[in-house]
Amino acid sequence: VSPASLIAVGQCGNQIGCCFWDLALREHAAVNQQGVYDEAISSFFRNVDTRILPLGRPGGVVNEILQGPLRDVFDSKQLITDISGSGNNWAVGHKVFGSLYQEQILEKLRKSAEHCDCLQCFFIIHSMGGGTGSGLGTFLLKVLEDEFPEVYRFVTSVYPSAEDDVITSPYNSILAMKELNEHADCVLPIDNQSLFDIISKIDLMVNSGKLGTTIKAKSLVTSSAGAVKKRHQKPFDAMNNIVANLLLNLTSSARFEGSLNMDLNEISMNLVPFPQLHYLVSSLTPLYTLADVNIPTRRLDQMFSDAFSKDHQLIRADPKHSLYLACALMVRGNVQVSDLRRNIERLKPSLRFISWNQEGWKTSLCSVPPVGHSHSLLALANNTCVKPTFMELRDRFTRLYKKKAHLHHYLQIEGMEESCFMEAVSSLSRLIEEYNQLDATKCMPVEDLPRLSIAM
Amino acid sequence: MSVVTVQLGQCGNQIGFEVFDALYSDSHCPQGLCSERENEAYQASSKERFFSEEENGVSIARAVLVDMEPKVINQTLSKAAQSGQWKYAQHSCFCQKEGSGNNWAYGYSVHGPRHEESIMNLIQKEVEKCDSLSGFFIIMSMAGGTGSGLGAFVTQNLQDQYSNSLKMNQIIWPYGTGEVIVQNYNSVLTLSHLYRSSDALLVHENDAIHKICAKLMNIKQISFSDINQVLAHQLGSVFQPTYSVEGSCHYRRNPLGICPFIFFFTGDLMENLVPHPEFKMLGIRNIPQMSENSLTYSTFTWAGLLKHLRQMLISNSKMEEGINWQVRPPLPGLPTLGKVSLNRELHFNTSIANLVILRGKDVHSADLGGFKDPALYTSWLEPIDAFNVWKTQRAFSKYEKSAALVSNSQFLLKPLDTIVGKAWNMFASKAYIHQYTKFGIEEEDFLDSFTLLEQVVASYCNL
Repeated sequence: VSPASLIAVGQCGNQIGCCFWDLALREHAAVNQQGVYDEAISSFFRNVDTRILPLGRPGGVVNEILQGPLRDVFDSKQLITDISGSGNNWAVGHKVFGSLYQEQILEKLRKSAEHCDCLQCFFIIHSMGGGTGSGLGTFLLKVLEDEFPEVYRFVTSVYPSAEDDVITSPYNSILAMKELNEHADCVLPIDNQSLFDIISKIDLMVNSGKLGTTIKAKSLVTSSAGAVKKRHQKPFDAMNNIVANLLLNLTSSARFEGSLNMDLNEISMNLVPFPQLHYLVSSLTPLYTLADVNIPTRRLDQMFSDAFSKDHQLIRADPKHSLYLACALMVRGNVQVSDLRRNIERLKPSLRFISWNQEGWKTSLCSVPPVGHSHSLLALANNTCVKPTFMELRDRFTRLYKKKAHLHHYLQIEGMEESCFMEAVSSLSRLIEEYNQLDATKCMPVEDLPRLSIAM
Repeated sequence: MSVVTVQLGQCGNQIGFEVFDALYSDSHCPQGLCSERENEAYQASSKERFFSEEENGVSIARAVLVDMEPKVINQTLSKAAQSGQWKYAQHSCFCQKEGSGNNWAYGYSVHGPRHEESIMNLIQKEVEKCDSLSGFFIIMSMAGGTGSGLGAFVTQNLQDQYSNSLKMNQIIWPYGTGEVIVQNYNSVLTLSHLYRSSDALLVHENDAIHKICAKLMNIKQISFSDINQVLAHQLGSVFQPTYSVEGSCHYRRNPLGICPFIFFFTGDLMENLVPHPEFKMLGIRNIPQMSENSLTYSTFTWAGLLKHLRQMLISNSKMEEGINWQVRPPLPGLPTLGKVSLNRELHFNTSIANLVILRGKDVHSADLGGFKDPALYTSWLEPIDAFNVWKTQRAFSKYEKSAALVSNSQFLLKPLDTIVGKAWNMFASKAYIHQYTKFGIEEEDFLDSFTLLEQVVASYCNL
């Protein structure tokens, strides 16, 4: 059990963070009948949730926290809320608020770190397209790197979809990407479009009556039913719940027991072969479960197949036709090592792994399944299929930048120059080039290299 | 003569529990198939070796539990306590909260020095509880970060601090298809370091035991628990008390004329089983191995068992099913084959030394001539030293007759070669190296490890 600290920045980040806490408490309540706030969860997240978000946002996320049943969980001193809006401007978030609030934020982080015997990683949740989450969120990365160099920085980043209503989102995203490239240890890119597609599919299945009454509401990965606190269903709630579930499963093996544990620092160790290539494609299954809990072996294998289907990915990409550098399977529930192995053997032939990592699988088995399910699987893949996403991002940026649209909002901020944009694009281009080089090896035959020869 | 066990990491602790459980259960097995007096002597002897005793008579395992995160140790302690018959000492545990991140360098270079004093103190305390110390049994996996890295560090320390005591490492070879992506790096680093500080490496391969569970034990949904229990059974059948065979130079009588037990883990045995520091890798084979249900319907003859065991040895079969009966020892008088290709199907497994332990009914009638054939061995040792056999009438764990083989032979040549090859391929691309250099393990250290292991591979290959 290694303490992690959750830092939610901006509106998107905080909404997801809120969902996460709800689900985590629900999960621990189900496992530990006595109390809502038990040893496992306390030793894992020690009151160290730091929330940074602009005050005056409609919905008053902060007020809900401070008044609801979760109020005992959160130390209100951990909230930084007097930041006025960033106007969807990365430069405001990063440069202005960054310097303005650096000390205050640092102080809170230092205080929380004191409570942890052994802080292992920071989870930062934010979106890329706005101003606060994107700008201030990435500013924080550098601060964390300087102040706590030993602690891993895990970032869950929500990338804007092409139809994003924030016009400047390509600028914000590109500028944020550079920071992610340089200061994050591991990034889980999430795509709003993918989340939306998942919701639509579930709605379709539920409404078409195909599965009808057999789906339990509580078991929907998108549902907050049975959560500790009743929240009003807001437009992004279902989507946020999916991301929250991702985080829940990511941390399950560190929170609960199992026959093959996986700590958070093992994720980075196994999935990041080179420091710059730290973007992981995540897919989650199941997204809903049927009423019948006695799921026979066939269903279990189906779960593994689903994890490798595009429908379950949280980002739009095509890993099967690209190159795997590494893959992690985090299994929860009554699944044993033989089930894992059988499925790896079965799926391996259809997946292309890079020559020096032909058996690049990292696996974990956690005994406790998520609430409402008998088992679940989270797959994290380091795969060159993220390249198209980044290229698309670069294209959208270029289209906007060519017209110099809205640029003055950024350039008027002290410390911002056109070179900032140029550097950010270069950084992204370099990353894309790295993926290109790896892809080039895709069709080469896998050969064993000549070994060291020993004089006998 | 007692043994102190050091359990490291999740794997080490999970297995350690099963081993002590197997030893305890077998010791207290009512159907020893021998006289009551014999059974009592067996029980007392085993108990003294592996357990100490509390005032209320509860047995305490002679073990130190080490892990860098608390979940597994907590589970292990409570599982043992639940049995109501034996347990671990609460204060014999060393635990942290942060894990090793599957990083050998972190386990070795960070955790090692940081916690050296605490861990060695715990071991010292356990040693002091023994009337006399036979040696250390260190259980660890190679694939992770704690067992592998910290395990290597601790073994080195044991070498420095207790140079007169035996150190045997039980190493778990991971599944070929990933449990951990950097498992080959961790394995290479572990093996090369252990080679310098351990006296013997007892190796168990997850893949092999998995097959035993599937084919021989008929387990449908195989869990790590199942794997560990099979492993513990194999170790138990080697570790429990037995007698040396009359006429061998290991036979001893004390002044009262009562033959004392001997154990696997004595200086004399090691001299013969590991005669040369270049050859430290030991493999275990067990026969018969089957589910309890099948056991009640089976009977065996020693001739049958030993015939299979011998063929398992020379054809390098991991279990008694699917044995390749085509493999034969080379005929005397013919020129030696020279450097043997690793891919040859009919490759004959050359032994340096073997130990066979027989337990159960009519052991004295068992004929081991087949194992004494010089054609099975290299020419370094006198035949009488190359092969040792121990026997006891006391049956092991419900098996009316059982035989265990501990072999220093080419058993592990192919697995070792495979791991070195995969690690080398990865190393050539420099993948993941930054994770190791971050904690002080440089490319040079990798190269040193590769060099040492290529040497070992070549040596075993040229037997």
